[in-house]
Amino acid sequence: MSEPLLTVENLQTQFFTEEGVVRAVDGISFEVNEGEIVGLVGESGAGKSVATSSIMRLVENPGEVVGGTVRYRDEVLVGFEEGPDGERRRSPEMLSEAEMRTRIRGREIAIIFQDPMESLNPVFKVGDQLREFIEINREVSKAEAREIAVDMLREVGIPEPEERYDDYPHQFSGGMRQRVLIAMALACEPNLIIADEPTTALDVTVEGQILDLVRDLQAKYGTSFIWVTHDMGVVAEICDRVNVMYLGEIVEQAEVDDLFYDTKHPYTEALLRSIPRPDQTVEELNPIEGVMPEAINPPPGCRFHTRCPDAREVCRRAHPAYQDVTGDEPPHRVSCVKYEDVGYEDSDPLETAATGAFGGGLVEARGESDE
Amino acid sequence: MSRAVARHDEEQVDYGETILSVEGLTKHFSQGSGLLSSIFPKPKVKAVDDVSFDIKKGETLGLVGESGCGKSTLARTVLRLLEPTDGAVYFKGENLAELSGEAVRNHRKDMQMIFQDPQSSLDPRMKVGPIVEEPMKAHGLYEGEREERARELLEKVGLDPHHYNRYPHQFSGGQRQRVNLARALAVNPDFIVCDEPTSALDASIQAQVLNTMRDLQREFGLTYLFISHDLSVIRHISDRVAVMYLGQLVELAETDELFENPQHPYTDALLQSIPVPDPRAEGRRGVLEGDVPSPIDPPSGCRFRTRCPKLIVPAEYDLTDAEWANVRRFVRAVDRRTFEASTGRAIRAEFFADAEPRGDAAAVVDESIEAILEDDWDRAAALLTESFAENSVCAEEKPAYHVEPEYGRGEHFAACHLHRTKRAD
Ligand SMILES: Nc1ncnc2c1ncn2[C@@H]1O[C@H](COP(=O)(O)OP(=O)(O)OP(=O)(O)O)[C@@H](O)[C@H]1O
Ligand SMILES: Nc1ncnc2c1ncn2[C@@H]1O[C@H](COP(=O)(O)OP(=O)(O)O)[C@@H](O)[C@H]1O
Ligand code: SF4
Ligand code: SF4
Ligand SMILES: [Mg+2]
Ligand SMILES: [Mg+2]
Repeated sequence: MSEPLLTVENLQTQFFTEEGVVRAVDGISFEVNEGEIVGLVGESGAGKSVATSSIMRLVENPGEVVGGTVRYRDEVLVGFEEGPDGERRRSPEMLSEAEMRTRIRGREIAIIFQDPMESLNPVFKVGDQLREFIEINREVSKAEAREIAVDMLREVGIPEPEERYDDYPHQFSGGMRQRVLIAMALACEPNLIIADEPTTALDVTVEGQILDLVRDLQAKYGTSFIWVTHDMGVVAEICDRVNVMYLGEIVEQAEVDDLFYDTKHPYTEALLRSIPRPDQTVEELNPIEGVMPEAINPPPGCRFHTRCPDAREVCRRAHPAYQDVTGDEPPHRVSCVKYEDVGYEDSDPLETAATGAFGGGLVEARGESDE
Repeated sequence: MSRAVARHDEEQVDYGETILSVEGLTKHFSQGSGLLSSIFPKPKVKAVDDVSFDIKKGETLGLVGESGCGKSTLARTVLRLLEPTDGAVYFKGENLAELSGEAVRNHRKDMQMIFQDPQSSLDPRMKVGPIVEEPMKAHGLYEGEREERARELLEKVGLDPHHYNRYPHQFSGGQRQRVNLARALAVNPDFIVCDEPTSALDASIQAQVLNTMRDLQREFGLTYLFISHDLSVIRHISDRVAVMYLGQLVELAETDELFENPQHPYTDALLQSIPVPDPRAEGRRGVLEGDVPSPIDPPSGCRFRTRCPKLIVPAEYDLTDAEWANVRRFVRAVDRRTFEASTGRAIRAEFFADAEPRGDAAAVVDESIEAILEDDWDRAAALLTESFAENSVCAEEKPAYHVEPEYGRGEHFAACHLHRTKRAD
């Protein structure tokens, strides 16, 4: 297989808050290959948005990327090395902020944020914003940029693009605004687009239109995507490979078909069992008990042990290794002690929110072992 | 339905009997206020227009539709939190509009509502115990046993009764929605309107809350009107489902019948656009084009007609299915200007390669292509709309039909002229 387009290794991002250190992204690794749509899925607060802004080096105070590597082709977007006193410092290969701005963001990697109003300026006309972006990034004349802008708007399915060019963002519907952002992301023909829940706030009919659009564009330009979502339906629909995040970590990574049909991690399995289906009648839903703990003080051992139906005593102590469990290519990686040789089989079951009588979704997990 | 005048507080409705009946309910909002708007009245927003349905005791009626189609307005008007513009709501056989103050209060107690956003619907300065007791106080009920009842209810909805003294911000989103449930149950209602009660919750938490709602329904014999834009949730929770589009119901049927045998093109499009959590599932087909029109000036006849892929051919044209399909595609493309004017031949090749209309229809198409080549898109669009879209039965009459169900035996209502032969009375 050829070199991946983007490689993320052991990426760590923390927020230094008054209450303590929030380990929002805590050592995640994944790759994106050419022309691939890679999913990043997880419940709210899992760390998906922080992960994407870390890759783009857009994390804001009090947050900081504190470790790991992000490599895009031959460029090091994030890199650290050990200094003379053993301290961690930026590696000299890591691109400067100016290089990120002029060489990477927009041109090589574009990002579409969760809230379109965040990226569109309400006081400027939609068309002008797009035109200016193209003018700056593609070094074309104003007139040419306008022409490209109109074409892009038509391409992403904005009706009457010439007329709508002079509208302001609030005159567009949510779905149309999201299309403008896609147009903006595509404008510089980047190789990778990171889309952070771009359809979550939209109605299914509009979401369907956008997913179709992305698939068409992907086929046409061969663009790679990191698609962030919490919706397993969307994952099944458009992703080639999927990373499942829980509390700052990736707990499972597989080809989309394997993720659904050869599920390895208890969290992924529980998530799939908890969702109602549009295509079949499900009599009883099997919720995951409890709620995801705070990232400020994650549970020791396996972070899912407070809610895991399979949790045993050893899960509280041993932090599972993230490893390939099939030996096939591409790998199927999982982080669960069931797939390790650390004594899971002989360990006593743990009494957790998932097994306890109290199904109230309490924040505290009652983690005493059941002898 | 029976409209026997029952005595307040004692009227009993048996399981499976109609508990709520909505007839021709309409709510129009007049926008703006003040002197200017009284001199130059702004157009009205027709948020809900002539909606009718019944709900039986103990059942869950799901109400689904896109954002802005009028679900919340309908819910609030049913509960008379909004004054209806027209139509009537009968609860346990009584017309809510005709009740006096005392009787209305009594009925209010029996009809509760849970809102979409668990955050903003709970007073942040009140502890959850007193929040749950509030409706009991308001109705002067359970004097002396309120705290005990509140603790019991907290437990019933799956919270720790010891959390009586906690504030809402100390709970997670799912837990706050449980507090809302407990409060709605406080005065022992029969009927609860749930407006997107789980939409703000994560998948795993949503499942917990949905299960609790089902358990409570069984235990207390509750009737739900359950609003959601999420078809998976609707399928899971509902006994029957009503689909709303632009202020009107377009289809209503038992849940399996609606999902397995949809009879309205809009329902069909909605069902096809849901991403299915199964990578081996057949891909979605034919997603809906365009946006929902404005509720200020909705389309005549069938409100879905401006986006309907099955618009019925006007009687005066003699076209084959393939010809008519091409004409429809052309009309939509001109309306939305999704292509560039090049040459007449290129346009014909793009839209009419396999089937070109003949006769009167051909004349209209020719004239509009000429207009496009003269860059007069407006004239082309107007001509096409007048000749085709507005001459269809879909534009002329409001559809309302009953269809023979394939699954179950419940009534199946479909507001689509494709069912013309089975006219409803
Ligand atoms: N107070 C009001 N004044 C004017 N128009 C209103 C008012 N409330 C609602 N509307 C309009 O009525 C229509 C229906 O709104 P409603 O809130 O009932 O939609 P909904 O189906 O609940 O949408 P959502 O799924 O987004 O909650 C919309 O066009 C809305 O803008
Ligand atoms: N500016 C911030 N300050 C402190 N904590 C933050 C900040 N932004 C995000 N976090 C925390 O980081 C974690 C991951 O958040 P996020 O990436 O936004 O989750 P997701 O996108 O998966 O919903 C959460 O615990 C969140 O509270
Ligand atoms: S390590 Fe233990 S607690 Fe964690 S997912 Fe595996 S079985 Fe569950
Ligand atoms: S009545 Fe006509 S426009 Fe409306 S849904 Fe049926 S076929 Fe489509
Ligand atoms: Mg996010
Ligand atoms: Mg609403």
